[in-house]
Parts: sequence; structure tokens; C-alpha cells
Amino acid sequence: MRELRIHGRGGQGSVTAAELIAIAAFEGGVYVQAFPAFGVERRGAPVQAFVRFDDKKIRKRSQVYEPDYIIVQDSSLIKDVNVFQGVKKGGIVIVNTEKKPDYKVPEGVKLITIDATSIALKALGLPITNTSLMGAFAAATGEIKFSALENALNHRFPKDLAVKNIEAARQAFDTVKRSI
Amino acid sequence: MMEITEGSHAVAEAVRLCRPQVIAAYPITPQTHIVEALADMVANCKLDADYITVDSEFSALSACLGASAAGSRTYSATTSQGLALMFEVCFNVAGMRLPIVMSITNRALGAPLSIWNDQQDSISLRDSGWIQFYAEDNQEATDLHIIAYRVAEDFSILLPAFVCFDGFILSHTYEPIDILSQEDVDKFLPKFTPYQRLDAADPISFGMYATPDYYLEFRYETDCALKRAKGVIQKVGKEFGTMFGRDYSALVEGYRLDDAETAIVAMGSICGTVKDAIDEMRDAGKKVGLLKIRVFRPFPDDEIAQALSKVQRVAVLDKDISLGSKGAVALEVRDALYKTGIPVKGYILGLGGRDVRKKDIKEIVSLVEKGIGDQFFGLRKELL
Repeated sequence: MRELRIHGRGGQGSVTAAELIAIAAFEGGVYVQAFPAFGVERRGAPVQAFVRFDDKKIRKRSQVYEPDYIIVQDSSLIKDVNVFQGVKKGGIVIVNTEKKPDYKVPEGVKLITIDATSIALKALGLPITNTSLMGAFAAATGEIKFSALENALNHRFPKDLAVKNIEAARQAFDTVKRSI
Repeated sequence: MMEITEGSHAVAEAVRLCRPQVIAAYPITPQTHIVEALADMVANCKLDADYITVDSEFSALSACLGASAAGSRTYSATTSQGLALMFEVCFNVAGMRLPIVMSITNRALGAPLSIWNDQQDSISLRDSGWIQFYAEDNQEATDLHIIAYRVAEDFSILLPAFVCFDGFILSHTYEPIDILSQEDVDKFLPKFTPYQRLDAADPISFGMYATPDYYLEFRYETDCALKRAKGVIQKVGKEFGTMFGRDYSALVEGYRLDDAETAIVAMGSICGTVKDAIDEMRDAGKKVGLLKIRVFRPFPDDEIAQALSKVQRVAVLDKDISLGSKGAVALEVRDALYKTGIPVKGYILGLGGRDVRKKDIKEIVSLVEKGIGDQFFGLRKELL
């Protein structure tokens, strides 16, 4: 089983990202489970969402403590929340930031930074980074195919919004592909 | 067809497929997504039902009571404080033998306020005469709604039913679910034909005075009907299995129990985590199994005694507490096993959404092996 933990702030679409990643992964033939950390969600408050991927039916219902993958939607969280806690050796951490990292990920963990906010602002006109980071996740981990992500976005959003979000995801996907 | 969908939406789809004629509900976290989805279906003509918006849960179930007495298939959903506000009406619905089906997205009761999961809400209504199903996953939650209508409306039963599934843990989780087709559900669940109904042309009364000469018999008859529901659940659950490949005939379901020395008894979504923990303990040579209780009312006492007859000890997990006593499930499991002398220990855990992990289950197994139990599990000592 592989596990993903998404850190974000209320309003950034972390829960939606978890759902859409799950839908895209299921299209690729694996069992999935996506759920939020059930907090009192408010705009701006730290939130978490989780996805599990496995070749067999997923039964476990506890939260994710030792993720294989971490997505950090907002790098300002890093000083408030221990976002890298429990990440497995060999794991992948994707952080949305335009800066050079002044923090360290645990040993044996791969850090990928991407300026998803600029990508989102350009593609959507809004700093909502979840779809860009889904593209980055697809490129960095191979857990989901870009075509499956495209299908999930087309299914979820009205056409004009879907087109813009797919563009954002595509740009992030290509950026990460080039960097690795 | 298999699709990835949220538990709440899958349940709303299942309810739609059951063709309820009247829905009355009041939104409350974490039940809201179900009733929002149903209101949307009614507004968009995807479901031909009257959706009654009400001012409270008391009114919601009261409206359902009237609609059901008038002969319509009726649905509601609630949780926690909402269910507590329905307390009085719940007893009336069961006493009037009205086959209403209600989803409970299990949530803790205040105070202190908690929107998170435990099973105190429906457990607190255990004496109300409603059938109580508990789902392990969202497929089960979805299927049990369809089964619940068949059982509730059976002329030999005519009792209301809760379909309980853990708030947030299941209601807000996306996972693969097979949603049945309308054609299939129509074959399984025929149109509701009321045994008797309010009819101005042929007047009858529901819920009239029962003087001391009659009341005791009413209670006896209701208890007999609820106990008869065991057989009907077995029959209907089997039929569902034959038609759709998922058999729900068992009131209790064993997992790796055949040669188990230690048995864990649990209800609801925690069973999945327990199963994973059991596989790991088995790999380490520990003979542990699970008995999952799917139906809490009627209580499957004989079935539990039979399933656990060969184990050496039993650990019961309760996401509830009968304050001043013990966990409700542990008490009843102990009663079911009284004649066998098998030791039963209870553990109160996961209240108000406290996460339960595989390591917790393993720790409970080592506690029960040492004979330590009948206690809260996972208390943060620094807060006490």
C-alpha cells in the first residue's frame, strides 16, 4: 500500500485534490481510498487530506502517519506544522514554493519544489494550486497517468474550468518531468 | 457499476434507488451531504418524492411518522444531537410499527460539542425498537439501505430501521462502490404496500392510549417482531447475495476466527482496521480473529455464542459508553457468552473521533491476554 498526505489551508482544494487523485488512480486499475482529516475547516486554517493506493481492497480506516508521498500546497505551513512527519525513506515530498528551500526533508526523501502558485495564477487567474500540484504528483510519482487526471478534471468541472485546470496540471506535469 | 464516490453520495444514490415517496430531514454534520444530494435529486426530477424541509429533527421524524402512517415509503437521515432530538418520536415510530428507514452517520454526543465519530448516538437509542445495522465500509452502508427497506416493510416485522455508518470515517470517504441499477433494485425491492394506513374512507388510529390492561402486550408484540427480524434479515440478506453477489445473511461475521484463541468483537468501520491488524498478528504467530456485529438490534446473542464458542478470551471494542456502567456492546456480548464462561473484557475507545490504529488493536490484544480490560483505552494521561 502507498499513502499520500496533502497539507494545505482551507480553501486551497486539498480535499478535492485527494478525491481527484483517487479517481484518476482508480482509472489506472488500483484500489483507492481518499478522505479528509476531519477538522473544523475554515478558510486559511491548516487542513490535511489523504489518499491510499493498493492492489487489493483497502480496509484500514486510520489516518495516514507514515506517508510515501507528501504534497504541501502552502510552504508557509512548514513553520507551523510538522508536514514531513513520518514520511517513509524513499518517499517523495512536493512543495509549492517559488523560493529555494530553507528547510530539510528527512534523509532518503526526495524533495521536489514547484511554483504552483504562479502556474495557477497564469492558467486560472486564481492562486488555487490543487490541480497544478496534481499534475506535479502525476509526474513525480507515476501513481496516476496524466490522461486519467485529465478525465477526472473533465468529469468534475464545467468545460471552461476543466480546460483551464487541465492546462495548469499540464504545465506543472511538464515542469516536474523536466526537472527529474 | 463500480465508481469512486463519497460514502454520503453513494448512500443518497441507494436511497434514490429505493424510491422513497416522502423524505423529511434537517441537515446536520456529518449527515449533510446525504440530504443535500437527495434534495438536489428531488429538485431536478431525478427522484419523484416529496421533500419536506423542516425546522428541526423532531419535526423531521414527526413528518416521516405521519407520511409513513399514511402509507408512503419514507426516509430520513440524522446523527448525534439530531437523533437525540428525535428520541421521543423514535419510540413512537417503533410503537406504531412504521417501517421508516433512517441513515445515521454516527457522531459523538455533546457536551462537550464534538462533530466527530463515535457510536454513542445510535447506541443510546438501542431500546427504542428500531432495527440497527452497522456498516464496515461504504459498499455495505449502501447495500444495507436497500436491505433495510425490505426487512422493515416485511409484514411479519413492520418496524423502523437505522442504517448506521461512521460519520466522516465513512460518510466523507471516497472509495470504489458498486451502485446498483434501478432495474435491479426494483426487482429486489417491490413497491411499498402498507399493511394498514391512515385513510379517511376507512379510518383507523395509530398510537392511541393503551391502558394498563393493554400496554404490556404491545411491548411484548413489538419485542417479538424485532426478534423475528433476525430470520427476515438472514433471508433477505441471502437473497441480496444471490442477486448481486454480496451476501448479507449473517448478523455477525467472523474473520480468521476458526482457530482463534483471542477474538475481537467490533462494529462499524473499525472492523477494517482490525482485520489489517489481525493479518499482521497472524503473520507473527498470534491466533487472533474478529467477530463483526453487523446487526446490533435485534441483538444476535445466539449467533455470537456460537461463533465464539471455541475461543479462549474475547475483547470487545465499544465506541460508546453507558456512563456509570460499561460499553453497551461489551455488556451484551458478555451476556450472550455468560453460560460459556469465556472471559470477556471491554475497551472504550475512539470516542469523539480519536483515531484508532492497528497498533492500538495489537495493544488491546496483549491487554486481554493478560486479563486486563473493562476500561477506557488510549486516554491521554497528561490531560487527566
